[in-house]
Amino acid sequence: MIKVMDPGLLSSIQDDGRRGHQESGMIISGVMDTFSLRIANLLVGNEENEAVLELTLTGPTIEFQEDQLISICGADFSAVIDDQPAPLWRPVAVKKGSTLHMKFSKIGCRGVIAVAGGFQVPEVLGSKSTYLRAQIGGFEGRSLEKGDLLKIGKRSAKSEELLRKVAKHPVKWSVSNTYTDKVYNQTALRVIPGKQYQDFTDESKGHLFQQEYKISKQSDRMGFRLDGEKLECSTEGDMLSEGVAFGTIQVPADGQPIVLLADRQTLGGYPKFGQIASVDLPALIQKKPGEGIRFEETTVQEAQALFKEREKEWQELKWMIETKLEGLDA
Amino acid sequence: MNVTYHPLGDQAVLIHFKQEVSQQVLADVQFLKQEIQKEQPVWMFEAVPGYASIAVHYDLSRLLHQENPYQYVVSYLEERAEAAKSGGKPKQRTVKIPVCYGGELGPDIEEVAEHAGLSSEEVIKRHQNGDYTVYMLGFAPGFPYIGGLDPSIAAPRKDNPRAAIPAGSVGIAGEQTGVYSIETPGGWQIIGRTPEKLFDLDREESFLLRAGDKIEFYSITQKEFEEWQR
Repeated sequence: MIKVMDPGLLSSIQDDGRRGHQESGMIISGVMDTFSLRIANLLVGNEENEAVLELTLTGPTIEFQEDQLISICGADFSAVIDDQPAPLWRPVAVKKGSTLHMKFSKIGCRGVIAVAGGFQVPEVLGSKSTYLRAQIGGFEGRSLEKGDLLKIGKRSAKSEELLRKVAKHPVKWSVSNTYTDKVYNQTALRVIPGKQYQDFTDESKGHLFQQEYKISKQSDRMGFRLDGEKLECSTEGDMLSEGVAFGTIQVPADGQPIVLLADRQTLGGYPKFGQIASVDLPALIQKKPGEGIRFEETTVQEAQALFKEREKEWQELKWMIETKLEGLDA
Repeated sequence: MNVTYHPLGDQAVLIHFKQEVSQQVLADVQFLKQEIQKEQPVWMFEAVPGYASIAVHYDLSRLLHQENPYQYVVSYLEERAEAAKSGGKPKQRTVKIPVCYGGELGPDIEEVAEHAGLSSEEVIKRHQNGDYTVYMLGFAPGFPYIGGLDPSIAAPRKDNPRAAIPAGSVGIAGEQTGVYSIETPGGWQIIGRTPEKLFDLDREESFLLRAGDKIEFYSITQKEFEEWQR
C-alpha cells in the first residue's frame, strides 16, 4: 500500500479514459498527458494504459508501505526519495518505509506516477479514471486526501522481474530528452479549423494565429481559459449543442477562447474556432496558468501525418526501452 | 437525408444535419446513428449525437495504414448515410416516468403556476400531457434534454441557482423539461421528483434513457414515491 502524507494540489487516479458512453452524457476523463502515461507504464512493465496517479502543479508526499517499482514522468516536481533526488523518466525501486516528496513544479504543470501492478481501484464502465465533478471512479471518486491508503494491484511476471533487477542494480539511464523535448517544446500549437471557423471575422483569425494567448487562472482539467485579443464570431443566435473533443477551441460570447481538455463535457454549444492537433496536446497541458501559447494553422491531413510520424517515433522508443529493460543485470 | 462532413480535429468527424431542433432532424440523427453503430469497426470509438449532428470519434492509431485517414472515415460514413437513406425508421422506445409533483419534492410548482397564470393542478396536468422526446443526453451522466413541453407552462430559470438539486428532480427551464440524473447545482424550476434512477452504476443498464426515446410522465402520490424507494 501507499499512504498519502500530503496530497499536493490535485492528485487523482487516471487512465486513458472512459470511452463509449458519451452519448449517455458520460464524459471521458483520463490523464491530461497521454504521452507521459504511456512511457511511465512501459518503464514499470505495466500495460500502456494502466491507471497512474496524476499530479498537478504541486506534487504529493507519499509513503511506501511495501517495496515497489515506480516511474515518474511529465513535469519536474523536484522529487526526492528519502532526501535523495529521484530521477524522472526512469524505473526506480523504492524500499518499504521510504517517502517520496514532491514540491512545486519547476518545469511543466502535470506529472504522473506509475506503480508496477497499477492502482487497485474498481473499474467503473471500463475505466479507473476519476470523474471529479460527478464523484465517479478512481479512489472513492475524488482527488487524494491526507491519510488515504492506496492499494497496489498484483504485479505481472514482467514487473516482478523488473523490480527484482532494479532493486539490486539501480538503473542509470532515463528516456532521452531529445525525445521528450520534441514533444513538450513545440512552440506553436497547430490548429485545424473547425466547423464554425468561417464565421469568425478575418481580424479574429489574424489575432489567434499571430498574437500570444495566456493561460488564465480559471483553468482546470475541464478546460483552459485563454486571455488575449477578443475573437468575434458572426454566428447569429445560439448554436445547437454538438459534440466536442480533447483540444477543441470554443469561443463563448465574451470572445475569450476556451480549450477543452480531459474533463470536458460531451457536448458544447459555443462556436468552435478549431481543434489543436493531437500531437501538440501534451505540450499544451504542461503549460502553467499565466504562461503564453501561440497557434499556427494546419490541416487535418497535415495533423494526421504528424500523428503518424509521432507514432513511428513512439514505436522506436518503445522498442529501445523494452530492449534496455530486457538487458538489465539480474 | 442531407448531411455535411467536417473534421473535428484529427480524431473525429462531425456530421451536420439541417441546423434546427425538430422531430424530423431528430429522427434522421437517430436513424443514421443506429446505422453507424450497427457494425462498429475496430477504429471507431463512438458516435455522439447532438440536436442536429453526430460526432464520430475514431482511433487514428488504427488507421495509419490509410493514405488519408480522415477521408477514409468520411467515405465510410457516406456509405452508411447512403444505406440509411433506403427507408425504415429509427427504433423508438417509450419510457414511463413516475413523478411526485409539488410539495417538498417540487418546491417551485407554485412559481411556475403563477408565471403561467394557471393553478398548480393545471400545471401538473399539462406537464403529464406533453409529447416528449429525448433529443440527447449530456451535461451530466444520463441527463436528458427533453423536447415537447407545452409552451403554456414554460418558465424562466431561477434567478439564484440552488447549490444542490437532488437526483430525480423534475424541472422546467424555458421551453425545456428535464430530470436531474445526479445531484448537482442548478437553476431549473423544480416541480417534482421521480423515484426512478436515471443513472445507476449498480444497474446492468446504467443509463435509463437514450436519445430518441419517447417519455411519458405520470403522477404518483408522496406515499407511492416513498414505497417506490424502498
